Amino acid sequence: MNPDQAPLLRVRDLVVEFSTEVGVARAIDGISFDIYPNETVGLVGESGCGKTVTGLSILGLIPSPPGKIVRGSIELMGKDLTAIPEKELRDIRGGDISMIFQEPMTALNPVFTIGNQMVDVLTQHRNLTRKQAHSVAIEMLDKVGIPAPGQRILEYPHQLSGGMRQRVMIAMALSCGPKLLVADEPTTALDVTTQAQVLEQIRLLQDEFQMAVILVTHDLGVVAETCDRGIVMYCGSIVESAGIEDLFNHPCHPYTEGLLQSIPRLREKPVDRLPIIPGRVPDLFHLPSGCRFADRCSKVTDRCRQEAPVLQQLTGSTAVSCFNPVA
Amino acid sequence: MPLLEVRDLKKYFPVRAGLFRRTKAQLRAVDGVSFRIEKGRTLGLVGESGCGKSTLGRAILRLHEPSSGDILLNGRSIIDVPRSGMMGLRRQMQMIFQDPYSSLSPRRTVAQTIREPLDVHGIGTREERRRQVDRLLDIVSMGPQVRDRYPHEFSGGQRQRIGIARALALNPEFIVADEPVSALDVSVQSQVLNLIADLKRDMGIAFLFISHDLAVIQHVSDDVGVMYLGRLVEFASAQDLYRDPQHPYTKALMAAIPVPEPGRKRTRLVVKGEVPSPIDPPAGCPFHTRCEQVKAVCSVKRPLAVDVGASGRPHLVSCHLYGDGGQ
Ligand SMILES: Nc1ncnc2c1ncn2[C@@H]1O[C@H](COP(=O)(O)OP(=O)(O)O)[C@@H](O)[C@H]1O
Ligand SMILES: Nc1ncnc2c1ncn2[C@@H]1O[C@H](COP(=O)(O)OP(=O)(O)O)[C@@H](O)[C@H]1O
Ligand code: SF4
Ligand SMILES: [Mg+2]
Ligand SMILES: [Mg+2]
Repeated sequence: MNPDQAPLLRVRDLVVEFSTEVGVARAIDGISFDIYPNETVGLVGESGCGKTVTGLSILGLIPSPPGKIVRGSIELMGKDLTAIPEKELRDIRGGDISMIFQEPMTALNPVFTIGNQMVDVLTQHRNLTRKQAHSVAIEMLDKVGIPAPGQRILEYPHQLSGGMRQRVMIAMALSCGPKLLVADEPTTALDVTTQAQVLEQIRLLQDEFQMAVILVTHDLGVVAETCDRGIVMYCGSIVESAGIEDLFNHPCHPYTEGLLQSIPRLREKPVDRLPIIPGRVPDLFHLPSGCRFADRCSKVTDRCRQEAPVLQQLTGSTAVSCFNPVA
Repeated sequence: MPLLEVRDLKKYFPVRAGLFRRTKAQLRAVDGVSFRIEKGRTLGLVGESGCGKSTLGRAILRLHEPSSGDILLNGRSIIDVPRSGMMGLRRQMQMIFQDPYSSLSPRRTVAQTIREPLDVHGIGTREERRRQVDRLLDIVSMGPQVRDRYPHEFSGGQRQRIGIARALALNPEFIVADEPVSALDVSVQSQVLNLIADLKRDMGIAFLFISHDLAVIQHVSDDVGVMYLGRLVEFASAQDLYRDPQHPYTKALMAAIPVPEPGRKRTRLVVKGEVPSPIDPPAGCPFHTRCEQVKAVCSVKRPLAVDVGASGRPHLVSCHLYGDGGQ
């Protein structure tokens, strides 16, 4: 992050709600963050905390109904994406901003060849003939490390392994030179060895394409290895945001600290019992008043149950939403 | 006498392969695996997806009929026990599944779910079964107030506790736990891992604990088997395996794990390629197509297990770099 630079993406006070049978669920409750050019930011938290909804909001892909951005702004280079017509948004999607998902099969069409789908994307966003697009597609497949791309391009998605499909998704996402890539759990469905290959590939391409990456993941190890900064979410809010060294070496929110302690990791000396965070994530209809982490927190005080903490900048790179941050 | 002994177990699935899927072929899911588990001990089984872990676990319980080999429980072969006789054996051998969502019937209450094995085996009076259910709920840290609720009302971690209580109902000596924490969030994962550790200690249950996560395996296991393409490539005490991994595949797996320490990023060795198909596995060493240290002999001759143990405990490695091939 270079503070002299203008942010590429500026999210302010974003609120996203879903109407469901049992009532309105506020999936995202007033989050704000910036993404700077070329940086990689990890968006972490347990399932249901709002990572995917945050990513979809940036792309303007919240299914509506039942979902709705009820408040806030998402500015890409000064332009508020929540306030522009769908047509303009379509050009930005797959152009300046691209997204890849955990399960590439949901994003790939099973009845068309890889090549067909890539050529469609390329001709839609770039001024290319289908023939030109075809050679660009082969070039992209080669760049993401797919062997024999000229042959693969003629194949259908089901003919590829999970790792290869994810590479195809990355090739498609990058084929129009986005400034921001939102990668939603891109390696969660893959084995560790394939994950290492794909993360390495994303890293190399990021340098080459000079783009920012929002890496959505529940895996703190992945964040530590690939990101410059991390944003930790809990129940639709940001509880901590910090540079990668600060986040791992000096976690300030009790939730971040608990998460870091409870991940099973290779140890020199195995422990008898793993540290835990007691209890579980509350559902969106039964959120505690005050701090949402209060029922599980080891540092909870009366104030935490009455008042909701807001994200505040501490010294260094850390911002935290807690009345009693870990010293 | 070990509690469980598995000798050269194989499970081949007949499949259609080739162009137009006309050829009949064998998929070698488990291809000659041998090991022992002593009473009250845990054998961790690790490897990438598709390497045969689940098939091996199911074949031991004869949920899949093994193609060949032998399985001995308390010294008695169970391979020829007819289906009708398996019911008695099920009292001693149980299974916990990865997916607490699909392995529990949505139409049974928690109490009915846990009681079912007791009902099936006609154990105890109504009142005794009721007390046993409460006791089991207590063991997995759930109160008797959940008896009449349905599995879908619970979070993943709690459903897994219900599945565990059910597996414990018949006081088994041996449990196959197939990725029991893989679907859970980290903060809940460690709660369930601690519970399993308690069961092992307090009830003396032996486990075959299957996971793709080397850190989880380290935490729960006394011994560890590393599987690749249906075979055990390395087998050792957890202590020896993690302190001094020998097989190139084990080393590659360990190197691929993302470490939650930011300083250590971007330096790791990435193993190339993907796991080949078990329908047409490579000749010789199954790992030779991806191995950094491959030699001429590796593609021709199947390496036999060599004991490289220095600590008096067996440490078996199937790799031509060891034993005769290593000279
Ligand atoms: N289409 C939808 N309808 C109703 N609720 C939804 C929908 N999509 C997401 N949500 C809710 O929004 C919250 C955040 O979800 P999500 O962003 O997918 O979490 P994460 O990606 O962090 O696991 C969850 O409580 C989820 O149930
Ligand atoms: N019922 C089945 N019929 C055919 N092939 C199967 C069956 N079950 C598993 N397999 C195949 O056997 C191999 C091993 O699978 P599995 O035991 O599930 O691996 P793991 O649990 O290590 O991921 C895979 O190639 C899988 O596709
Ligand atoms: S604000 Fe209070 S309850 Fe919330 S995390 Fe901090 S200390 Fe815990
Ligand atoms: Mg998600
Ligand atoms: Mg499996």
